[in-house]
Amino acid sequence: MNDKKVLLHVCQGTGCISGGADKVFNQLNELLDNSDYNHNVIVKKTGCHGFCQQGPLIVVEPHGFFYTKVKEDDIGEILKSLEPDGNPVKRLFYHEPLTNQPIPKYNDIPFYKLQTREILRHCGDIDPEDIQDYISIGGYKALNKALLQSPENIINEVKRSGLRGLGGAGFPAGRKWELCRNAKGDIKYVICNADEGDPGAFQDRSVMEGNPHSVIEGMIIAGYAVGAQKGFIYVRAEYPLAVLRLKIAIEQAREEGFLGENILDTNFSFDIEIFQGAGAFVCGESTALVRSIEGKRGWPKPMPRAHTTEEGLWNKPTLLNNVKTFANIPLIINNGAKWFSSKGTEKCKGTAVFSLTGKVVNCGLIEVPMGITLRKIIYEIGGGIAGGKKLKAVQTGGPSGGCIPADLLDMPVDFDSLKEAGTIMGSGGMVIMDEDTCMVDVARYFLDFTQRESCGQCIPCRLGTVQMFKILDDITKGKGRKGDIDLLIELSESIMKGSICGLGKTAPNPVLTTIRYFRNEYEAHINDKKCPAKICAM
Amino acid sequence: MEEEILEDILSGYRGNRSEIVPILQEVQDNLGYLPEKAMTEIAEFIGVPESHVYSVASFYAQFRLLPLGRKRIAVCRGTACHIRGAPQILKTIEQKINLKEGETSEDLEYTLETVACIGCCALAPCIRINKDVSGEMTPEKAELLFSENNKEAENE
Ligand SMILES: Cc1cc2nc3c(=O)[nH]c(=O)nc-3n(C[C@H](O)[C@H](O)[C@H](O)COP(=O)(O)O)c2cc1C
Ligand code: FES
Repeated sequence: MNDKKVLLHVCQGTGCISGGADKVFNQLNELLDNSDYNHNVIVKKTGCHGFCQQGPLIVVEPHGFFYTKVKEDDIGEILKSLEPDGNPVKRLFYHEPLTNQPIPKYNDIPFYKLQTREILRHCGDIDPEDIQDYISIGGYKALNKALLQSPENIINEVKRSGLRGLGGAGFPAGRKWELCRNAKGDIKYVICNADEGDPGAFQDRSVMEGNPHSVIEGMIIAGYAVGAQKGFIYVRAEYPLAVLRLKIAIEQAREEGFLGENILDTNFSFDIEIFQGAGAFVCGESTALVRSIEGKRGWPKPMPRAHTTEEGLWNKPTLLNNVKTFANIPLIINNGAKWFSSKGTEKCKGTAVFSLTGKVVNCGLIEVPMGITLRKIIYEIGGGIAGGKKLKAVQTGGPSGGCIPADLLDMPVDFDSLKEAGTIMGSGGMVIMDEDTCMVDVARYFLDFTQRESCGQCIPCRLGTVQMFKILDDITKGKGRKGDIDLLIELSESIMKGSICGLGKTAPNPVLTTIRYFRNEYEAHINDKKCPAKICAM
Repeated sequence: MEEEILEDILSGYRGNRSEIVPILQEVQDNLGYLPEKAMTEIAEFIGVPESHVYSVASFYAQFRLLPLGRKRIAVCRGTACHIRGAPQILKTIEQKINLKEGETSEDLEYTLETVACIGCCALAPCIRINKDVSGEMTPEKAELLFSENNKEAENE
């Protein structure tokens, strides 16, 4: 190889670290320090590349070589390969699962090639703990640009982009910003919802771990646009690495004058604080989240109620957006609303980030244009179903979402089509289920989750979810009764009507969609006392 | 000793109501759980009834009101882990260390818990022992892990 500078990007995301990436990183530095290896090698720690399943990962730039499942013992060989007469370490290349063909470069691997990585573009090639790295790729340019414009201009730009909130419901971001800007009051707050309560999703965590400044920059711009002085990032405490990286990023942003008093020598002052959630799913809900920051139990305010944009944190106007919604803002300000709205569908612009997991060959973090089909996601990016099995269902939206069957594979993935099919887009969990997954067990699993997580304030949710769980539990134990299906549907309707917040209103979705699309499995359990997927012990 | 640690922690706060959760988090980080006495003092410090502190502490899954084992095992019961066999992993570990979900062993060696999601879903099923995450678990791997863990503990 030539003797120009070589960069080794060593992934230090939670997934890769669990496979020993921290040891790999240390070993690499040690070998470089204690020997006369090629001195043109620069080692860089990065956030999640997305292909966690193949981790620990090392990317060699500028060649683009992608080394998978790297162990400490492989480091010597990798360093040797970087010497002038060295050859790449073929055995560490990604191997196409079906043909076992090695694919040397990152950009040629189908998992990456077919994605549209915008929010995730720099997750994996910048050092998340070094603000200079973010600045070197154009970071904080958007903030500079924004501060030269009027807040109204920025809000209009966000409106024109068509960006919809990526926390689940898809509310138009620009409209929410405008509501908050127009709300009366001098004191306003911006909150980033990083609670990521969907069990089985990690996209927000990866963005915070891999490119924390993109979220912070988006929040500062939002603060300027709505007229807020203070921001909070509400992160779940189960994400210690994300918390650490955000803390470092906030400190560095203050040192550089992007946060604090008179940002970039303007009259605008804004600061951000991290608040760690303490493990309650309901705290992802806007009013519960706000109460949790106020030091109370995370109890949602009953509907009907004032909008958070009017009466939020400490009853002041508050703008609450998801991590990815904020991460999109610098991109929109830098590239323009038109650029953003050129991706996606008529009503859903831009990209969606999913945690692709379950029984799919390539598990990991993906970013795709809104409106892509499930088939493309599962069979092209995801490489199909693991073990040559048959696809049965796709789950999106976590406990508030539902399961859609394999015959809807050609449906476009966006807020509206998913809703029509009975599920929701959610914040980005996408769990692939194969023929060995029992749909009644899945429904039971989600109701077990919601009955544990129900905050207990209102009776329909508190008692209703327990009743539904008990019926489902009985069915999976061979104790189902005739009429149980109708009873589940009836209970679902009452819970959806009677609950005071979004948790209860969406809790029956996993049951309703599995009944709608997989009724025969319920019937087999109830009538024949059989679990077709052989998961339930009867 | 506990009192000193608590005093030390409280000296870093102003006593606002909104500091309850962060204080409880820091106390638990240092003491491993939330002793009753600590909650009483926190209530006094903030100027709210003890019942308020208790109501906050008992609401959030993160808080522990009883001491925990030296090795805290958290088995993920998230969706990705569930459909890739988390229930079998939990069963294996329960048998291996003779504890049920939520229990702590009498010698305070282990606490066995389940958590909603560790955030490593692409490597499902996952477990976490103290701060270390292990992914792509199988019942066999779990069995091995706890045999090794036992040995390590004995050698220490
Ligand atoms: C029970 C429940 C849990 C929620 N959990 C989350 C979450 O973990 N993350 C999130 O961003 N939004 C969550 N939401 C949606 C938020 O209430 C809110 O709509 C969102 O954060 C707004 O941001 P966006 O406009 O950028 O999407 C949840 C809603 C409900 C009802
Ligand atoms: S579902 Fe287990 S780590 Fe996310």
